[in-house]
Amino acid sequence: MFQSVLFYVFAIVLLGAASGVVFSRNPVHSVMFLVLTFFQSAVLWLMAEAEFLAIVLVLVYVGAVMVLFLFVVMMLEVNIEAAKRGLTRYAPLGIGVALLMVIELVQLIWLRSQGVTGTSGFAATPEGYNNTKALGAVLYTEHVYAFEIAAVILLLAIIAAITLTMRKRPGIKVQDIAAQVAVRAKDRVRIVKMDAEKKQ
Amino acid sequence: MIGLEHYLTLAAMLFVLSIAGIVVNRRNLILLLMCIELMLLAVNFNFIAFSRYLGDETGQVFVFFILTVAAAEAAIGLAILVVLFRNRRSIAVQELNTLKG
Repeated sequence: MFQSVLFYVFAIVLLGAASGVVFSRNPVHSVMFLVLTFFQSAVLWLMAEAEFLAIVLVLVYVGAVMVLFLFVVMMLEVNIEAAKRGLTRYAPLGIGVALLMVIELVQLIWLRSQGVTGTSGFAATPEGYNNTKALGAVLYTEHVYAFEIAAVILLLAIIAAITLTMRKRPGIKVQDIAAQVAVRAKDRVRIVKMDAEKKQ
Repeated sequence: MIGLEHYLTLAAMLFVLSIAGIVVNRRNLILLLMCIELMLLAVNFNFIAFSRYLGDETGQVFVFFILTVAAAEAAIGLAILVVLFRNRRSIAVQELNTLKG
């Protein structure tokens, strides 16, 4: 009973925060609402006993990805007035699509679950069950190739992000350390042989 | 008792909300990226609910990989966005018509 109340409270805050992301005027507020959404999701995942993923969601998403988003949002000066006009123009279409889809999906889920008995509630985990340990046991044995590919994808992301955003500015004065070190005395001083000048 | 249906319903609502966000926020490419993150979160909800329901950890491993790929996608997407803003001084989706010919 208490768990149900907790679930509904966190679910309502989650949906409220998600609509804040979508309908907020200011992009910075959107990012903050997205952080709240991720926190609520982490709590709900904890309630579903997926502890490892809940912690990873907070650490990786809130700690890294959202900070990246916040940097970019604050770096770009976006015209909020222009964004407002678009919001009201497309709002009826967006709400219509959303209502249609939510009715379909919810109907599907609840109608399908009517015929099946005993689906309410997750089965209790066995005694001494450790989510992180169980996940690691599967991840490093059965899915080890996928794990390595994921590592390569992350490396690819690093390289791609750095190459995309690196820029060379022409006309800027910087020291070329390699050229300074490699220089020799004969490159700097030129000795010219010539006859002595006649006395006037 | 909270079960599979509750989590699936919540994920469906989250997914639909993010679709509405993609339709509504056509002026701002950053908000589109954020809506895609919300969609991936809804998908992760489904994976975790079914993984818990079936008592199989493979669903959670899948969520792990989705999180990895989504982080990579966010990094590259934001890098492209920064380059785009540097060149065009705008991130409105309607103004991205260079390839139209």
